[in-house]
Amino acid sequence: MFDLRAALRAAALLAMLAFPAAGFAQGAPNADRPAAPVTGFNPDKAEVHEGEVLAKAPLVGHIIIPDTRAASLIQPNGRVWRDYRRGPLLWLTAACVLGMVGLLTLFYLLRGRIMIEGGRAASLIKRFTSFERFMHWLTAFSWCLLALSGLNVVAGRVVLLPLLGNDAFSTLSVWLKYTHNFVAFPFMAGVVLMFLVWLRHNIPNARDLAWFAKAGGLLGHEHPPAGKFNGGQKAVFWIVVLGGAGLSVTGLALLFPFSVTDITGMELMQVIHGGIALLMIAAMLGHIYIGSVGMEGAIDAMKTGEVDLNWAREHHALWVDEVMAEGTASVHPAE
Amino acid sequence: MARMKFLCDADRCIECNACVTACKNANEVPWGINRRRVVTINDGKPGERSVSMACMHCNDAPCAAVCPVDCFYTTADAVVLHNKDLCIGCGYCFYACPFGAPQYPKTTNFGARGKMDKCTYCSGGPEAADGSAAEYAKYGANRIAEGKLPLCAEMCSTKSLLAGDGEIIAQIYRERVVKRGYGSGSWGWQTAYQETINV
Repeated sequence: MFDLRAALRAAALLAMLAFPAAGFAQGAPNADRPAAPVTGFNPDKAEVHEGEVLAKAPLVGHIIIPDTRAASLIQPNGRVWRDYRRGPLLWLTAACVLGMVGLLTLFYLLRGRIMIEGGRAASLIKRFTSFERFMHWLTAFSWCLLALSGLNVVAGRVVLLPLLGNDAFSTLSVWLKYTHNFVAFPFMAGVVLMFLVWLRHNIPNARDLAWFAKAGGLLGHEHPPAGKFNGGQKAVFWIVVLGGAGLSVTGLALLFPFSVTDITGMELMQVIHGGIALLMIAAMLGHIYIGSVGMEGAIDAMKTGEVDLNWAREHHALWVDEVMAEGTASVHPAE
Repeated sequence: MARMKFLCDADRCIECNACVTACKNANEVPWGINRRRVVTINDGKPGERSVSMACMHCNDAPCAAVCPVDCFYTTADAVVLHNKDLCIGCGYCFYACPFGAPQYPKTTNFGARGKMDKCTYCSGGPEAADGSAAEYAKYGANRIAEGKLPLCAEMCSTKSLLAGDGEIIAQIYRERVVKRGYGSGSWGWQTAYQETINV
């Protein structure tokens, strides 16, 4: 059989013997090109330094397994994320939860419960339909579960673990994790419903500025006139809608890991999700306070949907005037 | 006590993936889980290097720091292990890990990841009995208890992947670099141990 490789080798040897200069042609002076130095370059010797490659961090290469995430060789961002989680995140949690509870306690001690100035009237006025109350409590209950289970992931190791021990805390945490992942959906539904139903009452206007200028009657005893929702309630509405949207987007990205972003993106999503959630927790603590112990008559709006007429006149004078004028007001004597 | 480390000499790694196979076989890891993998940088270009990477058993490990249920612990050999009975499968260790070491056996949507799995440096888990069937089923081999090093490094045909006491494998690497005149460095050591090997 004719051996092609052997024949080629023989031909090459003959050529080298016949033209001894041919093997050095690249290094030889040439009329057209300047001489290139003979380096004896060995590609295996070229040092590839981690530090230089990592400067283009994260260090991603080529792999032969299907899991594309494994192509990331070193991602030093993990350290940054860890430092954030062990430091600023815990401080932010303490500030938003303990700080807000402290502020509200101080406010209660200084201002006391905000009473209905004119005392309770003899009649009630319909303020929220049963559907409005349903969507409020759907959001509220799911939000409470989400906030508590989320806080457990952030601070449970510091607060609850020493009390419960590893096994009990781990069992609690895994159930809270599933709670967080699945209750997210009723929360999102509630936010969407509230956005659709209450948007037309929550367009900011000049009256809101006047309301904020007088701190909404929180500090003094003068209640600036307001429509169905006053400036503070509109602020709560937009905090819930925008905050809820932010939480939903980042939360869905976290629920479906690596489907929309890479490892750095996932870390960023987690940071944003936690940050928005903590600011919302602070805001909602204020909302819960003023809707319950902080103000006489406020809870009725979401409990029975009917509020005291004097309370409505003090806090939502323009709304009372409007529904009275429209003839849509449903007023009946208190029992 | 020894401070166990891995060292991958990238100038020797030939991307044969025997370490990956050895790991899978020694530990019977589930389908889809890679405790060890070989990553090639500059693939097909000048300066191509392959690095075999698994859990580096970091100093002050980020995974242990971020775990919400504190399920990690460090052995006397400085090997970072975790307790699968406590793990809640939240995935945080994967975000914190600089080396992509934590693996999860289930599909990842809706938080159903299952218990995290990662390189144990072939030293099993927290089970009371070393080398028991229960330990093997959850964590794989416990070769350290038998006086052996991790199988990936033991199997390495070019002795690119070294396992053992950090001082000793650093010295071996240093001698190699001096003798052959070049070295790409100890990949991951700066990130994992905040030090490099000075030659």
